[in-house]
Amino acid sequence: MTLQTPSYRPAAGEEAAPGSAAPPKSGGLRALAQRHLSKLVVAPSFAAILLFVYGFIVWTVYISFTNSKMLPSYELVGADAFSKLWRIERWYVAIENLLIFGGLFIGISLIVGILLAVLLDQRIRGEGALRTIYLYPMALSFIVTGTAWKWILNPGIGIQQFVRDLGFPGFTFDWIVQQDTAVYTLVIAAVWQSSGFVMALFLAALRGVDQEIIKAAYLDGASLPRIYWGIVLPSIRPVFMSAFVILAHLAVKSYDLVVALTGGGPGYASDLPATFMYEMTFRRNQIAIGSASALMMLATVVAIIVPYLYSELKGGKRV
Amino acid sequence: MSSLTSALPPAQGTGARIARWGLYLILLLFAAYYLLPLLLMIATSFKSPEEIRTGSLLSLPRDFSLDAWSYAWNRACIGADCRGMAPYFLNSLVIVGPAVIISTLFGALNGYALTKWRFRGANIVFGMILFGSFLPSQVILLPMAQTLGFLGLAGSAGGLILVHVVYGLAFTTLFFRNYYVSIPDDLVKAATIDGAGFFQIFTKIMLPLSLPILVVTIIWQFTQIWNDFLFGASFAAGGAQPVTVALNNLVNTTTGVKQYNVDMAAAMIAGLPTLVVYVLAGKYFIRGLTAGSVKG
Repeated sequence: MTLQTPSYRPAAGEEAAPGSAAPPKSGGLRALAQRHLSKLVVAPSFAAILLFVYGFIVWTVYISFTNSKMLPSYELVGADAFSKLWRIERWYVAIENLLIFGGLFIGISLIVGILLAVLLDQRIRGEGALRTIYLYPMALSFIVTGTAWKWILNPGIGIQQFVRDLGFPGFTFDWIVQQDTAVYTLVIAAVWQSSGFVMALFLAALRGVDQEIIKAAYLDGASLPRIYWGIVLPSIRPVFMSAFVILAHLAVKSYDLVVALTGGGPGYASDLPATFMYEMTFRRNQIAIGSASALMMLATVVAIIVPYLYSELKGGKRV
Repeated sequence: MSSLTSALPPAQGTGARIARWGLYLILLLFAAYYLLPLLLMIATSFKSPEEIRTGSLLSLPRDFSLDAWSYAWNRACIGADCRGMAPYFLNSLVIVGPAVIISTLFGALNGYALTKWRFRGANIVFGMILFGSFLPSQVILLPMAQTLGFLGLAGSAGGLILVHVVYGLAFTTLFFRNYYVSIPDDLVKAATIDGAGFFQIFTKIMLPLSLPILVVTIIWQFTQIWNDFLFGASFAAGGAQPVTVALNNLVNTTTGVKQYNVDMAAAMIAGLPTLVVYVLAGKYFIRGLTAGSVKG
């Protein structure tokens, strides 16, 4: 999922010699073939990526400048689809939902994940078992967990009914069927699914912090919370960046969860851009507008990851 | 991997003991929070419809019944097709097997070529492949649907295998590339001096060293492809659909009385393979998730 190699730091000069393992150029025909073999081996994958990633992006850009409705048409009509897209009320709902959902999902996942990582780092008995429990939702499909959450959040049979049966007949928890709160149920399920992953990221980072620094601060009389807040967490800043980038691009791509939990409803109150795109392209015969919305998603992801990739590449050349 | 605070002396006194209890309490409450939906799902799948109607959300099944499971497995209606989840489960297996093997194989070869036989532009090639792992699939849905149509693969398992191989390459290449970069180049150098060639070195030296990353990659790919919904929903037609799409259709089938125990059993059937892999090899799954995200 993420980019760097934990244990590897190139020694000085090592990275300056690409192909250092290859035989010297004067090695004759066989060596020549061997050198090109490397390119030949990568070529099929690279060609597939060029076509299926970059070629398809260009294709989608092209389609978005046509008037494609039910079937793709290849007649260019300018940026009509984009101006139409930005006049659709439903698109604004999807964008607003993405901001609400993304902000809360990233924020709460980070808080819960970091809290759990720090708590688990206190010489806990049964740490392995707890870690396994915190992280297992990541192994499951959103369609599976969404099915469970949909049922739990269903006012008639889930938590609301359960609490009412306990003797609180006035208790209400019906976010999933309300227009203005349905999007928050997405946050509940998504945080449940992904916060364990944040925990794993930060726990691994905490284990990499130099223990001597902690010891010194402790002997200076710093309290444990102060040590974590003032020394440990700042020293693992890069992990915040990685976690943020991963969570943010997951948020933009969220599709399965919405389909399984709310279906974008009630109405289209909990639509996200990904469900909007699918609806336009495959159900409403608005292929050009669907393509335009897909490109907006791509632009958002690029805006998030390109600075990240760039700083990583510049930093250690380890990407 | 020792605890950060293990360098410190254990805290003494009553206050410390209370704090310790509080700590465990919080951790256990979180464990309950993560476990509850799964336990509810399991418990409900073993209940009868009457018991779900009359009983409480949190109660254990009184009359333990496997009816919902067998019904979900081979009788439940998915759309108009009342053969249960079984045929779709099989579809997923047919898709996942080849897709995992092929994408892992290409990933290993790419990782090897990009680290041990670096050519000019290898970094750019890798960067361009890597970008694929962040790509929002929505951007390629329509062109892919068209292309699968041209290729005569529309709606088939073969088409889905192709899609999963192509978009899995970014991850498999990343995993192997980052693993091989930490294997000393001298090993390869020594072997070339001994006259070993590109593929010989790969099979005789690199592959035997690759077991951990092989497991990580296979588990990662298996989980991703098994859990995929978007590609399955977009590119597979009717009978060729994977298990996640079937589950969603089953849950949203509105005809007849809603059978929550069958829904939950079907969800468990769809989730069990990845859950079992996680329980058996969680260590490798976590390593895939966090694959080197921490700066050394």
